Amino acid sequence: MSGLGNILDAMKGDAQADRVVPRRGHSVRLTLFTSAAMAFLAVFALALSMASGRLADRWSEALARSSTIRISAPAAQMEEQVWAVLEVLQQTPGVASARALNEEEQRALLEPWFGPDLPLEDLPVPRLVEVIETADGYDPDGLRLRLAAEAPGAVLDDHTRWRRPLVQAAERLRALGWLSLALILGSVAAMITLAAQSALAANVRVIRVLRLVGARDHYIARAFVRRFTLRALSGAAVGTGLGMVAIALLPSAQQEGGFLTGLGFSGAHWLVPLAVPPLAAITAFWATRTAAFKTLRSLP
Amino acid sequence: MIELKEAAYGYGGGPLLSDMTLRLAPGSFHFLTGPSGAGKTTFLKLCYADLRATGGSVTIFGQESAEMSRDEIARTRQRMGVVHQDCEFLDHLSLKENIALPLTVTGRGGQAQEANLSDLMGWVGLSARAGALPPELSGGERQRAALARAVITDPDVILADEPTGNIDWEMSLRLLQLLVELNRMGKTVLVATHDLALIRAAKAQVSARVLRIAGGRLQLAGAEL
Repeated sequence: MSGLGNILDAMKGDAQADRVVPRRGHSVRLTLFTSAAMAFLAVFALALSMASGRLADRWSEALARSSTIRISAPAAQMEEQVWAVLEVLQQTPGVASARALNEEEQRALLEPWFGPDLPLEDLPVPRLVEVIETADGYDPDGLRLRLAAEAPGAVLDDHTRWRRPLVQAAERLRALGWLSLALILGSVAAMITLAAQSALAANVRVIRVLRLVGARDHYIARAFVRRFTLRALSGAAVGTGLGMVAIALLPSAQQEGGFLTGLGFSGAHWLVPLAVPPLAAITAFWATRTAAFKTLRSLP
Repeated sequence: MIELKEAAYGYGGGPLLSDMTLRLAPGSFHFLTGPSGAGKTTFLKLCYADLRATGGSVTIFGQESAEMSRDEIARTRQRMGVVHQDCEFLDHLSLKENIALPLTVTGRGGQAQEANLSDLMGWVGLSARAGALPPELSGGERQRAALARAVITDPDVILADEPTGNIDWEMSLRLLQLLVELNRMGKTVLVATHDLALIRAAKAQVSARVLRIAGGRLQLAGAEL
C-alpha cells in the first residue's frame, strides 16, 4: 500500500477504536501547541523564501538586461567620444537601444550624495550611456575591444560584478528559507515523537489489556497515530491561519522600504502556506507510527 | 488445542518450571493448583503465549508459540478467553464497553453484537451495571465482568488465573457455576487456583482433571482432593 494509502487508512474514523486509548495527558497540549507554533514559523520561512526568490528574480532580470558605459575624457573631447560610443553601440548586434544620460538625469543620480545644488558643469563627472540589451544580449568582450579603439575614455560596466553577489545573496536567502522549513518539520517530527513516546509509556497498562483481548499491534499503533496526526493537523491549521494573518498585516511592498516591506506572498503564492497543515499531519503520522511500533516492539 | 511437551521456563537463576507435559483436549476441564509462587500464573502465560518457553515446546492451536509473530499471537488470543486474578480493565470505558473490547479490537463491534452483549451481561448478572466504570465495581462484579469479556468472542479455550481470589465463597461458587456451564457448552477450561474447596465443589458438578505444580514440576493431584 502506498504511503498516502497508509495515511488515509489510518485516518478512517472508528468511534469505538478511538475510545480505547484514554484522552488525557500533557501530550495533547504539547502536540497542539508545537504544531501551531511550528506552522506559524513555517509560514514566515515560506514568506522569506518566496520574497527572496522574487527579489533574486527581479535583480537578476533588471540588471541582466541593462549595462552602462562610463566615458571619462577631457571636456573638449567629451562630446566626440559620446558620439563615437553611440555609433559603436548602434552597430553592435544584441544592443536594443542606447542613449546618453542628460545633465538632469546625472544630477539626479548624484543628488543623494552631493545634495540638490550640485554644479555638475564644474566637476569632472564622467558621462554615462545607458545600454539596453536584446534578449540575446551582446558580446561584452567584443564591445570592449571596439570601445577601446573608437573611444579610449569609455569603460563598459555590464553589471556582472554587482549582479552576481546580489543574486547569490538572494538565492542563498531563499535556500535558507527552505532549510528553515525543513528544520521546522524536523522539529515537529522530534517533538511529536517525544509526545507519542510519552503517551505510549503512560498507557502501558492499556496496551497490555488490549493485547490480552487480542488486539494486533497495528490496531494499537493506529489508535495513537490517528490521534496525534489529527492533533498535528488541527494545531498546524491554527498556526498557519495566524501566520497568514500576520503576514497579511505586514506593510505592503514599497520602494523606500526595500526588501523588508516586500516580505510576504503575492498572488497565487498565498495558496502555498495551505500546504503546511497537511505537511505537518504527514510528518506527525510517520513520527508517531515509527515511535509507536518501536515502543510496541520493546514491550513484552 | 494447547499442548506442552517437556516445556520449561526460567529467568535469571534456575528454571521456575521444567519438564511440563500436558495436552488440553477440546472440551476438557482442568484445574491447576499449587502453593502461591509455585508458577501457576507462569504456566498459564505459557499457554496464551504471553511468555515463551525456555525449553521444550508449547503448541497452541497447532502453532509452536516460540515461532509466533506478534500478529499470530494476537490471532491466537482471539480464540482464547483469559481471566486474570487482578481483572485489568480500561478504567475510562464503561463496563459494557470493556466487555465488548475483544469485539471492538477485532472490528466485530457494533449493532449486530448488541443482542449477544446484552444476553451475556444478563448471564453474568451485570445488566444493571452496564454503564458503570470499572473502579466503581465490587470484586465479584469485576471477576464476572472479566469472565464475560473472556467469552464474548465465543473462544475455544478459557484460561482463568485465580478467578475467585478476591471474592467471597458465595460469589466463587457462582463464578464456578458459570465456568462449568461454559465447559458443558464445549469450551476447554483451565483454572489455576490454590482454593482446594472450590476444586472439591467443582468435582461434584464436572469431570475435571486436577494438576498440581510442586517443585517446578507438573503432577496429578493426590489424595488431598
